[in-house]
Amino acid sequence: MAVGLPENVFLTQLDAAANWARSNSLWPMPFATACCGIELMATAASRHDIARFGAEVMRFSPRQCDLLIVAGRVAMKMLPVLQRIWLQMPEPKWCISMGACACTGGVFDTYAVVQGCDRFIPVDLYVPGCPPRPEQLLAALIEMQSKIKQTGTLMGGEFDRRTTSTGPAPFDLDELRRSREMQPLVNLEIYTPPSLEDAVKAGPRRD
Amino acid sequence: MIDLTQLKSRFSDNITESTFRDNHRLVVPAHTLYPVLDCLKGEYGFDTLMEVTAVDYLEYEGATDRFGVVYVLLNTTSGERLIVKTFVNLPAPQLPSAYPLWKSADWLEREVYDMFGIVFTGHPDLRRILLPAEFTAFPLRKDYPLKGIGERHNFPVITRAES
Repeated sequence: MAVGLPENVFLTQLDAAANWARSNSLWPMPFATACCGIELMATAASRHDIARFGAEVMRFSPRQCDLLIVAGRVAMKMLPVLQRIWLQMPEPKWCISMGACACTGGVFDTYAVVQGCDRFIPVDLYVPGCPPRPEQLLAALIEMQSKIKQTGTLMGGEFDRRTTSTGPAPFDLDELRRSREMQPLVNLEIYTPPSLEDAVKAGPRRD
Repeated sequence: MIDLTQLKSRFSDNITESTFRDNHRLVVPAHTLYPVLDCLKGEYGFDTLMEVTAVDYLEYEGATDRFGVVYVLLNTTSGERLIVKTFVNLPAPQLPSAYPLWKSADWLEREVYDMFGIVFTGHPDLRRILLPAEFTAFPLRKDYPLKGIGERHNFPVITRAES
């Protein structure tokens, strides 16, 4: 005999209840280092209003946050800070890499800029754009919510299974070519214009 | 424009003066740099050091020295500016610090040291100022590759399971 539920009572799974709560109250940690940070602010401001998705509580302490938004290029000197912030955030936590620079280093392929923060911290979602429009960030947030709802568990078992880094390896083959570039030049003081022969010999550059 | 004939006659060797538009420039050999700066501060009233920077002349057409170090001085009473330039070379580019004359030389010289590896002797605290302390290269030298030599890769990789 079926037992009817009293009014205002519904049945669900604990995981689903936790996911529902978590996904609709994401507290972002804005790691805004460049122009993406301005778009992030615009997303939080009245026109786009991130509060519609329950993520308006920007906390500037990582201990109160569960969504890291890396907005902007990450300088080499800043990366230990970013890693520390990520480690300080309590579980469960997620990470959005916002913009071309945070995802790949963007146009800043120099010695000082990390070529994508996913090389060194785990990233859940990438937002392309330079900088992305606030709508894109909102779309990413909605995507993040649906990801949490689909894969989240109460005890966070899905995080424990991610034992390997999903980003590219920190050391890439390009390093070889770079070390060749480091060979000391002969006749340092003498100006030698680049010749077509050398350019042909060297072949096309891969980057 | 300020008259520097007296200064040039005192430090007779190889001080060249030139102008370009409204830039007044003085090229000084490295060993007389400090006395010249001292004289410019004490007798010509250049009481402010606006800028210290360096140029790498590697592969520069007609260049005979590797680094040029540029001091921009300002006389705040007359508004006069003067650019003093000197040259240093590898393997040990070295100059006397201007810190005893102008305290603003402190960070400016640290920046030049950071980017070019030019050592300023007598500087009270010659450390890297912009780059991390572990950095070993001098990235604004022309023979340093733009993408670095692997400094960007020397960080631990944090996976999701261990964080």
